[in-house]
Amino acid sequence: MPQSQRIALVVMVALIAIGPFLFFPVFLMKVLCFALYASAFNLLLGYVGLLSFGHAAYFGMGSYLSAHAAKVWGFTPELAIATGGLTGMALGAVFGFLAIRRQGIYFAMITLALAQMVYFFCVQAPFTGGEDGIQAVPRGHLFGVLDLRSDFTLYWVVAAIFLACFLFLYRIVHSPFGQVLKAIRDNEPRATSLGYRTDSYKLIAFVLSTTISGIAGGTKAIVFQIATLTDVNWPMSGEAVLMTLVGGIGTMFGPALGATVIVTMQNELAEFGAWVMVIQGAIFVACVLAFRRGMIGELQAKLRKPL
Amino acid sequence: MGNDVVLETEGLTKEFLGFVAVKDVALRVRRGTIHALIGPNGAGKTTVFNLLTKFLEPTAGAIRFDGRDITGLKPADVARLGMVRSFQISAVFPHLTALENVRLALQRERGSSYDFWRPERLLGRYEDRARALLADVGLDGYEEVLAGLLPYGRKRALEIATTLALDPPMMLLDEPTAGMAHEDVDRVVALVRRVREGRTILLVEHNLKVVAGLSDTITVLTRGQVLAEGDYAAISANPDVKAAYIGSDDA
Repeated sequence: MPQSQRIALVVMVALIAIGPFLFFPVFLMKVLCFALYASAFNLLLGYVGLLSFGHAAYFGMGSYLSAHAAKVWGFTPELAIATGGLTGMALGAVFGFLAIRRQGIYFAMITLALAQMVYFFCVQAPFTGGEDGIQAVPRGHLFGVLDLRSDFTLYWVVAAIFLACFLFLYRIVHSPFGQVLKAIRDNEPRATSLGYRTDSYKLIAFVLSTTISGIAGGTKAIVFQIATLTDVNWPMSGEAVLMTLVGGIGTMFGPALGATVIVTMQNELAEFGAWVMVIQGAIFVACVLAFRRGMIGELQAKLRKPL
Repeated sequence: MGNDVVLETEGLTKEFLGFVAVKDVALRVRRGTIHALIGPNGAGKTTVFNLLTKFLEPTAGAIRFDGRDITGLKPADVARLGMVRSFQISAVFPHLTALENVRLALQRERGSSYDFWRPERLLGRYEDRARALLADVGLDGYEEVLAGLLPYGRKRALEIATTLALDPPMMLLDEPTAGMAHEDVDRVVALVRRVREGRTILLVEHNLKVVAGLSDTITVLTRGQVLAEGDYAAISANPDVKAAYIGSDDA
């Protein structure tokens, strides 16, 4: 890891460590869940150049299945969250297989269409509880031992999940496999002409991203003890795009920072009701027009060091 | 230099929505030669290239490479058999460094590198070879520069270094000197001459001087069909070829 990224990692870990002494743990856990979700999304957009517009499906289904596993099947929280990850993986394998055959806007539209199918399935399917969602999900005991009813205790578990997945994403990007992903992002025909079967690489990256999105959704279900249609509806897919864009596409730390900014804003501006959407829209436009590289992206360009 | 045919097509045809871009082309490229494909704009040279490397599906016809029918293969698999192409627009990975560009070709020999759990430093063992290849095309000192920031001529040099990193028995170069300044053209010609040893090269080129200096055999395409074939002397004396070239804006 280059020095710049090592420093950024230390800063991030320090912030995560002191966070719960300064802010509400529940708020911070929400930030961490979305930071993970956005980072997983960025693996595709930032490092493979694939704009998925249907990541809500993996986040939301991960959330539903984790909630269901914890509440109905009586799974311990770690197994419930793993169920969410497996859900994201299975769904991503099928949807990815269909979507990666097309490029650019067509890829985005196929992922969106498939995700909307999942949404309407969730509206109808009995196990999701329709408009009510799955409520009163027990947080349970970690490994059957550690009681997670305390927000403070749960926070450290969520922080550990986030960091583990974040480092895993870092490794994916900085692996021999990740090198090929970046080559595909930069120039797919050239990667093909060097003998790389690009579809296989794209599919594996897609499934890795959806798996981690499922873990993020599952963690969120355990934290808030609820899984609802909001998690699986298309604005949730838009959140991932917005957070990544604000933080910096194709940077390691950007999506996490973008998620922090957006979640904080949503919380602070909640009293303005529908105006939150308008303000978010304005930020989106401002980012696209004025600083496309995002916050971390701009910083990275200033320092000329990877972040 | 053997006389056997390494790449051969039969009845190669490509139609786009009723427009016949390539029609019934029979091409025979002998092993170890430099074979040029020339013709006026729109003659179908690049389409032939795309068909040979399977970037396009032929409408009809067969392609044989090294005694093997490759008509049904995917482009990545054609490359794995040892027939590697370049592109008309300089094809580099702009957000990766020059070193990483070449290393990407070298790391192919690891097989299918789907190992997303392994660290990048495993690729360190390719670095010396990557540096040597860069130096070979005059890119020493540019190792850490992002490929997108290189000037045009250097990008083409990087592209050739990347192709050479695969050590392919057969190279397809699509207008390697297009858009280049004089000294860069000379550099590329010298480079092609140097790397031809032990390889077969198929070349699409507009610059007739380059073609004259390099190629053993020339095939002239017009309107998707083979008009003539032979060495430079024969081709330049051929009245049909003259007519085709003078009849276009591309003499």
